[in-house]
Amino acid sequence: MEFVVISLLNGITYGLLLFMLSSGLTLIFSMMGILNFAHASFYMLGAYFAYQISTWTGFWPGLLVAPLLVGAVGAAIERYGLRRAHRYGHVAELLFTFGLAFVVEEVVHLIWGKVAVDYRIPVELDGTLFTLYDTDFPIYKGFMMLVSVGMLVALYALLTRTRIGLIIQAALTRPDMVEALGHNVPRIFMLVFGGGTALAGLAGVIGGNAFVTEPGMAAAVGSIVFVIVVVGGLGSLGGAFIASLLIGCIQTFSVGLTISITDVFALIGVELPEGSQVARLTITQMAPVLPYLLMVAILIFRPRGLMGAREN
Amino acid sequence: MNQRNFRSLAIVAGLALIGSSAFAQVKIAYIDPLSGPFANVGEAGLKGFKEAAEILVNQKGGIMGQKLEFVGFDNKGSPQETQLQLKAAIDQGFRFVTLGNGSGAAHSLIDAVNKWNARNPDKTVLFFNYAAVDPTLTGEKCSFWHFRFDANTEMKMEAITNFMENDKKIKKVFIIGQDYAHGHQVAKAAKEMLAKKRKDVKIVGEDLHPIGRVKDFAPYIAKIKASGADTVITGNWGNDLSLLIKAAKDAGLKSRFYTYYAGGLGTPQAMGAAGANQVLQLTEWHMNVPTKSTEKFALDFNKKYPGVWFYYLRVNNMVQMVAQAMNTAKSTDPKAVALALEDMRFKVDTGEVWMRKSDHQAMQPLYISIFAKKDGKAVKHDSEGTGYGWKTLASISQRDSQLPTACIMERP
Repeated sequence: MEFVVISLLNGITYGLLLFMLSSGLTLIFSMMGILNFAHASFYMLGAYFAYQISTWTGFWPGLLVAPLLVGAVGAAIERYGLRRAHRYGHVAELLFTFGLAFVVEEVVHLIWGKVAVDYRIPVELDGTLFTLYDTDFPIYKGFMMLVSVGMLVALYALLTRTRIGLIIQAALTRPDMVEALGHNVPRIFMLVFGGGTALAGLAGVIGGNAFVTEPGMAAAVGSIVFVIVVVGGLGSLGGAFIASLLIGCIQTFSVGLTISITDVFALIGVELPEGSQVARLTITQMAPVLPYLLMVAILIFRPRGLMGAREN
Repeated sequence: MNQRNFRSLAIVAGLALIGSSAFAQVKIAYIDPLSGPFANVGEAGLKGFKEAAEILVNQKGGIMGQKLEFVGFDNKGSPQETQLQLKAAIDQGFRFVTLGNGSGAAHSLIDAVNKWNARNPDKTVLFFNYAAVDPTLTGEKCSFWHFRFDANTEMKMEAITNFMENDKKIKKVFIIGQDYAHGHQVAKAAKEMLAKKRKDVKIVGEDLHPIGRVKDFAPYIAKIKASGADTVITGNWGNDLSLLIKAAKDAGLKSRFYTYYAGGLGTPQAMGAAGANQVLQLTEWHMNVPTKSTEKFALDFNKKYPGVWFYYLRVNNMVQMVAQAMNTAKSTDPKAVALALEDMRFKVDTGEVWMRKSDHQAMQPLYISIFAKKDGKAVKHDSEGTGYGWKTLASISQRDSQLPTACIMERP
């Protein structure tokens, strides 16, 4: 029981962080049809900006300013880079964002060096929120969950309850019509891209000090965010939320299970030959692969994802 | 450009060439990751070698009047790329190579060097290993053309378990490691040695996780906690170690961590206060081992390269021993250097480093230390500007770290 409760808590916390990471990506994709390979790079930029600001003024201003800065960088990249690449179709866009990821990494190397920077959790949030079965739950994790849920609610409200949200949604399906009504569609796209990258930046501000802020941090999360977006359904915010929690829980629970593949197959009545390497693998060892297996399974059996709107 | 200009340019270029050959250099190829996820580790190592060559060799007369120089070759951490870089280095006239990161790359290099030397006995190449700790490199796979200046996994685990033998508070041990050769060997050595030395200690769990992939170690910590372990042994390094210890702190896990690599390359910075009084390391040196000249070297180094912290004493040892071997042999021929390096006993300021002839494994004093708050006495210097540094708990003499070897060396 203790194990289940603790694992569930860990899974939800991790899942909510994953949601922060992937919500911007899914937003950009659903609005603009761009698969942004550099999304995790904006996450890294957020962490580094917040670190830099925290060395001057402390953590709290960074929480607000860093995502805005990242958003501004994102908007500028959309305006002066991506928009030009857009004329040459999706492949050009894809390659553009792919290259962008490398550029951002090199820039980070040049400015902050290759070694991890000392970006710390603020003192106010450094401590224990509550103790459950003798395991501490840190305040900072609670803060992470709060921000993530707040982000979901705010995004949902923005897209469905406000005028700008309506225009964004309209621009998604009928850009010509929206343009004819006098709205500046390219500017809306720029705002969406800036907003999406700002969300990644916010995740970086919060994830950077919870984990480690170093130049490899973008590459480390780069692939998992795509898994979430694919599993959740390309372009579905709700789907990304559910997929994040699902993958968070799958990873934490599978780490805790020490049964081997042989045991799993024995459950369904299949006897595996003894002594093979694969049969001796435990679920714990397979934990990091499971999200990718899930993605493959989803692509085979339900290509539009859990809550995706479109088949393609 | 007219004819005359071109001619004068050619003459200048020619003079420059002649000029440089008068100061011919002894060059060593540094084959390690200089890009990709482990770039920070490779960069720090290269800076260490360059600084050591300059201060400890070149400013003290060099090698038979020549300068020692290290040149970086980027193997991206991959065994295949290592072979290509070796080829490139040989083509450029290098006869000495050094590598440290990753036993996979080290295996690949030792194979390639052996093969090359068998085919080109007049153009042999020598491999100095400063950090790849797989015991087989000086065991079953030992080679006359390979020298290791770091203690290997088994020697390190021997020292750690000897220390644990006397700590009767240890009852339950959990082993966690990265899922590759190094992690497997640490786990194997820990289990075998604990079974011999402490029959009462129970191994309550053993986990291998993929290297460099895990972001959130909370589930692993939950498992360690559930197992009731009071002690954790890990060979993890880099972010895999930092994140593990951060997660342990978050969950309030009070177990002690015995590590190989908590002392450097960003890990102290990432741990911060979280590691205090809970994380131990085994190394050949740390800032608070009383060593006058190394202390000064380290402080100067840290000032000169902000953000990179001096960590590898063995790099300094290696550079000086190689230089001495060349000076005694009065030659820079790899075979002559190897023969001079064998059985060398070299005084460093922690004691003596002995390069054992039978397997080319260096024997040196080792230290077990714990991460503790800087107090100006036992913890005189902090580590990476954290306010916490390493406090020596035990020192292991060179003699006590020695283990028998399985090496049967083929000698040319």
